[in-house]
Order: sequence, then C-alpha cells, then structure tokens
Amino acid sequence: MSQANASQSLKRHMGLKASQRISNTTAHIVLVIISVIWLIPFVCILLQSFRVESTYPVGYVKPEKWGLDNYRNLFNTDFPRWYVNTLVMALCTAALQTVIVLCMSYTLSRFRFKMRKPLMQFMLILGMFPGMLTMIILYRVLKDLGMTQANSVPGLILVYVASSGMGYYVSKGFFDTISKSLDEAARMDGATRFQVLKKIILPLSKPIVIYTVLTAFMGPWGDFVFARYIAFGTSSGMNVAVGLYNWLNRDQIANNYTMFCAGGVLVAIPVTILFMCLQKYYVEGVTGGAVKG
Amino acid sequence: MKTLTDLEYLKLSKGQRLVHRICSFFASIPTGLKNLVLSIGRGIGKAAVGIKDEFADLWNTFKNGDTPTRVSYLIMGFGNLCRGQILRGLLFLLFEIVFIAYMALSGWYWLSMLPSLGKVGPVKEYNVIYDTYVTTYHDNSFKILLYGVLTIFFIIAFIYTWRVNIRQNKLAMQILRSGKKLKSGKDDLRSLVDDQFHKTLLALPLTGILIFTVLPIVFMVLVAFTNYDGNHDGYINNLFSWVGLDNFNTMLSWSGGGVNYSATFGEVLTWTLIWAFFATFTNYFLGMLVAMLINKKGVRIKKLWRTVLVLTIAVPQFISLLYVSKMFAKNGIINGALMDLGWITQALPFWEDPTWARITVIVINIWIGIPYLMLISTGILMNIPQDLYESSRIDGANAWQQYTKITLPYMLFVTGPYLLTSFTGNMNNFNVIYLLTGGAPTNAAASGAAGAVGYTDLLITWLFKITTGADAQYYLASVVGIMVFVVVAVISLVVYRLLPSNRNEEDFQ
Repeated sequence: MSQANASQSLKRHMGLKASQRISNTTAHIVLVIISVIWLIPFVCILLQSFRVESTYPVGYVKPEKWGLDNYRNLFNTDFPRWYVNTLVMALCTAALQTVIVLCMSYTLSRFRFKMRKPLMQFMLILGMFPGMLTMIILYRVLKDLGMTQANSVPGLILVYVASSGMGYYVSKGFFDTISKSLDEAARMDGATRFQVLKKIILPLSKPIVIYTVLTAFMGPWGDFVFARYIAFGTSSGMNVAVGLYNWLNRDQIANNYTMFCAGGVLVAIPVTILFMCLQKYYVEGVTGGAVKG
Repeated sequence: MKTLTDLEYLKLSKGQRLVHRICSFFASIPTGLKNLVLSIGRGIGKAAVGIKDEFADLWNTFKNGDTPTRVSYLIMGFGNLCRGQILRGLLFLLFEIVFIAYMALSGWYWLSMLPSLGKVGPVKEYNVIYDTYVTTYHDNSFKILLYGVLTIFFIIAFIYTWRVNIRQNKLAMQILRSGKKLKSGKDDLRSLVDDQFHKTLLALPLTGILIFTVLPIVFMVLVAFTNYDGNHDGYINNLFSWVGLDNFNTMLSWSGGGVNYSATFGEVLTWTLIWAFFATFTNYFLGMLVAMLINKKGVRIKKLWRTVLVLTIAVPQFISLLYVSKMFAKNGIINGALMDLGWITQALPFWEDPTWARITVIVINIWIGIPYLMLISTGILMNIPQDLYESSRIDGANAWQQYTKITLPYMLFVTGPYLLTSFTGNMNNFNVIYLLTGGAPTNAAASGAAGAVGYTDLLITWLFKITTGADAQYYLASVVGIMVFVVVAVISLVVYRLLPSNRNEEDFQ
C-alpha cells in the first residue's frame, strides 16, 4: 500500500519535472526568438555600413563587397562637425542639467514651505502643454540673440537646460526614500541645511546622480525636433540626428544610405557602451520612478 | 442612484459590480460639477476677502506706522535703510530704480502697444534717390506681444515686491517694539544656506522654467487669439492683430471657409487616442509577459536576455527608428526577405496603405517599448510576496489564476499612475511617429485643411507640420496645442480620480 503510494508520488514528481523541463525549454526558445527580433535591426545596420557595391537601400542584408569606404567618406562630409556639436551639447547638458534637476528635486523632497504644493501642481499643469509649442517663440528669441543656425550649440544647450527643472519626478522619488531622521540628527548637531546636503545627502545619492547625468547626456544625441528648428537648415549647426535624418530625404537617400548606416554605427557605439556600463543605475532610476509615479 | 452598503455590494455578481461602479461614476458627475462650481465660488469669495484684508492691512500699517514706514510706501527699502538693514534696503531700492527706469524707457511703450499689436506695418515707398521701391519697417507685432507679456510679468513682480517691502516694515516695527534685535545683512546671507536654503536652490531652476516655459506658453496661448502666420509674421510681411475667438470657431465649426478643420481635427484626435491606447497597453502587457518569462524559475542567463532587450534603449532612437522605417519600406529588407522566401510575390504596403501603416507603427512601437516595461515590471514583480504564490498553489490555483488574481491586480495597483503618464506621453509621442512615417500615407480628404495631414499623424506631429514651412499657421498650431492640453488634462483628471492607488506622498518616508 505504502509502496504503491510512494511510486505514485514518484511518478507525479517525474511528471512535474518533465513538464517543467518542457516549459523551461519553451521559455528559452521564446527568449531566443525575441532576442533575434530585437537584434536584427542592429545587425543589419552594422552589415549595411560595410556595403560598398552600392549606396542605396537594397532588399538583402549581406554585402556583396565589403569595405570601409562608407566610414572614410563620412569625413568628407559635415559629419565630424555634427558629431562634435552633439558631443559638446551632451557634455554641457549633462553637467548643467544634473545640477538643476538635483536642486529642484532635493528641495521639493526635503523642504516644506508654503508654496511647495502649488508649485508642484503648477508644474504638473505646465507639463500638459505640448513642449513643441514653445519652440516657435524660442526660435525667434534665440535668433535675436544670435544663437541659431551656425551658432546653434549654445542656444540648444540653453533650451535643454533651462526647463529641465520640470523633470524632477524620478530623483524626488529617490530623495523621498532617504530617511529624514538623518537630516534631523545632523541639524541637531548644528549643521546648516547646506552642510546637510553636502555632507550627508550627496554621498548617499550616487545612484540618482549617475542616473540623472546619464539621461541628460543621452538627451541631445536623440533630440530631433528642437535641434532641427534651431539649426534651421544650416548644416554646420546641426546635431547628428538632424544631419543624418536629412541623408534619408528622398533626394539624398540614393547616395547616402550606406553612409547613414556608418554614421549611425559611429553614434551608437559610444552611447551604447556608456549606457551598458551604467545600466545598473538606469534600471534603478526607471524602476523607482515608475513605482512612485 | 441607490447607494449600496458594503454587504449588498459584495453580494453582487462580477458583472453587476462593474455596472454598479460605472453607474455610480456617472451618477457622481452632477454632484462633482456642483461641488466644482461651489468650490470655484468659494475660491472667488476667499480671494475677495483676501484682497480686502490686504488693503485693510496696507491702510493700517500706514496709519500706525512711523515715518520711515510711511516713506517706504513711495521709496522702497527706506524703512530698512533707516533701521540699519542696509543690504535689504539697497536691494529694494535697486529693484525700484530698475523698474521705474525700465517702464519709462521701454516698458510703457510695449504695454501701450499691446491692445493693437502695432499700428504701422511695413510700408513700401518710392525712393527718389535710389529710383526704386524701398520697404521701411515700423512696428514689430511679435516683439510687442513678447515684451508686452514680459512687462506684465515684471509689473506683477514689482507689486509683489512692494507688498513684501511694506510687510517687512510692519514686522520690523513689531520686533523693535518687543525689544528684540533685527536681522543684519550677514544674518540674511547666512540664512540663505540654512533656513532659507530652499530659496537659493530653487532660484536658478525656477528662473529657467519661468523664462523658457511659462513665458513661451503664455505667449503661445495668446497667439491662438491672433492671426499670426507665415504671411502675418508681425514685421517683414504684415503685422498681426487680435482676432478674438475666430480661430477656435474655424477649428470647431463644421464649415470653416471651404476646408473642414473640425473633420480633420476629429480624425487626427481619434487616431491619436486609438494610438495612445494600443501603444500603452500592448507595451504594458507584453512587457510584463517578457519580464515574467525572464524571471521564471529555471530560465538561465537572465542577465543576457535583459541586456539584449535594453539595447533598444541605449541606441539613440533616431538611428533605430529611421533604420527600421527603411527596413519596412517597399524595397526594404523585410519585403526583400519575404519575397526571397517565396511567401509573397508583391511587396507588402507597410507604409503605403493607411491600415497597414497604422498597424505597423503600433507593432514597431512594441519593439521600442517592451524593454522599458520589462525593466519596470521586473522590479515590481520581484516585490510581490512569494508566499502569496505558494499558498495559492497549495489551494490548487493554476498559473492563469495566479496571474489574474495576484500578479495583475498587484501590478495594476502599483503602476496605475505610470499607466496614466504613459498614456498621455504616447499621445505626444512625436519621435516614433515622425521618424517612422512622417505622418504618411497622406490623407487626401483631410489635407486640404492644414499641412499634409496623413493617416498616422498624431496631434503633435500635425502641430509640428503646421509650424514649419513658409505658410506656417502659428495661430492654428496654438489652437491645436491648447486642444491637446485640454484633452490631456481631462483624461488625467478623470483617470486619476478613478485610480485605486491615490496615495499620499508622505507614505514613503
């Protein structure tokens, strides 16, 4: 009796194991398929950038003739200029925007002053207006200041940085999780608010500082709308996104398609490597930000 | 609407509960509206009382004040200077001098031109010396509107500062009367890194927001009431002027001067809402699914799968989106591969057919969006207490029941606010649409109205199209922008009220 029971349970155990193995295998197969789908575009763009037999879009992936011509040709265009423009913008924006966002979020998280709630509601309402509307006027104002077209780099940095205080949500969520008793203890010991920030909060905030720097740095690489508006067709004032976008226009795509791929690879590599290195902090920021709404 | 007790509610079946909740939501609308009107009325009443109090306080301070206080009504900071608060006094005085100088030199001009937005436009005159027509430029409507708004901001700031100046006099008198000492300039500076540290920290971010967001938005909202466009640019071609509510009439009436704006608007808005709905929820559920798949016990090299997916976040969107858009083109790789395989003989119209194009952008958006959702839900899924699953398994629940009864409710509760922001974010998702299709294929029926409106155009890309090019219709863009604001605000308000997770922000501390 007990033997039969045992063998039955063993059988069930085996069955469970087998079904588990099947479900695990299916999971792995699905994951492999997903990975392939996600990687295909990047593999394609890499392969196309080495294609030298033609410069227009084609229906096959593997080049018939391999070479570095596309990369070499990039240096005969305005591409290096765009690259430098974007890099300068990204570095400046990363530095300035981080300071502004952290000031804003730290204040809204830690201080309780009369205008705090109204201020946050006001910014929430402001955020509901499409940001693109402000572009028309910003363009004309920056034009009067001489910061458009060929000089668009300082103008764009100003535009990116100035309103960045509105994106305080994620880092405020982070500061909210640091216990307030730390502040209070330090204040008891006679530290000023500034010292609390410098000596206690900042050392604890490495993840969120890195997250803010990273997102601020990536912004200018992908910005298309403002950059295009401010550069206004002047090639030397463009960033990579606008410049490369123009290569895919109907009248240019036949000559520049493979060069676009090469340019895309050159842009993607450093940004991707940086991102992958700091991935951990990005994930923390994204997850925390979403949970706290 | 009959209100049910908890017990009665629990007795209802699932369908009845849903009906009940929906009915009670609609039944609460009249009361909600009544409360809104009442609270607005109360707000106005409060404001009136507040203003009355302010004036009473001003009068009392003047009546009971000493000489320095009374002089401060005219010369700001005089009281501070007399009482030894040199730094504050000088700042007040400086602000007043700057204000008066600005108003006298240019502020008054901008303000006086604001009602007309410029009187004399560009004039073409015959010039005898050069023997040709020469255009002389006069007023600049754009600058008048811009600096007019700026001047109004400045005046408001001045009135506020003046009021602060008087309140400080009152306070100083009270402090001196009670025999205490006033704060010196040194104390003021020290408090800026201590008690008043928030003012120091906020000064720079708020100035930026004020100049680069608030001012432009006020300006653009005002533009909706003018005829500012490429032809009326306010300086070189023609002045622009106030037109009242005309633009809203054109946009919302069913027959606006030959072209039907409201039909176009309705069509674009409908697609925007459909797009936002699908873009949000396909990503949400598929992202959750992928996260669960990777989290599954027994799946190996979890880190690798995540890294592969995260690649789409790391690579700048304009590269991946532009490239993918070319992959789906008529002569692109996808069509090429399918033809090589012999599955199709003709290229599939991914971007040429309206329905195909709409489905394709939603599908590609899944490719873009799943990684974010995967990251977010991975974190949340790990927070679900594992014993819930254990005990439900012992009670005989299968995987599907576990998902619908444990995982999904938990996820929905935690990510409710995120879903809302992601919905409104998708409504304004410029990059995905513009870089993939540019709004194409063109919607011939709607295009007559403004710009080349396409079947995949969202309100935001339509707005962008209206504002570019020589025949830009800025006033129309402004109207569309205001509409976007209204739609987003209404959706946010309604959904936020219905969310279960309206939590207190202090809960986390």
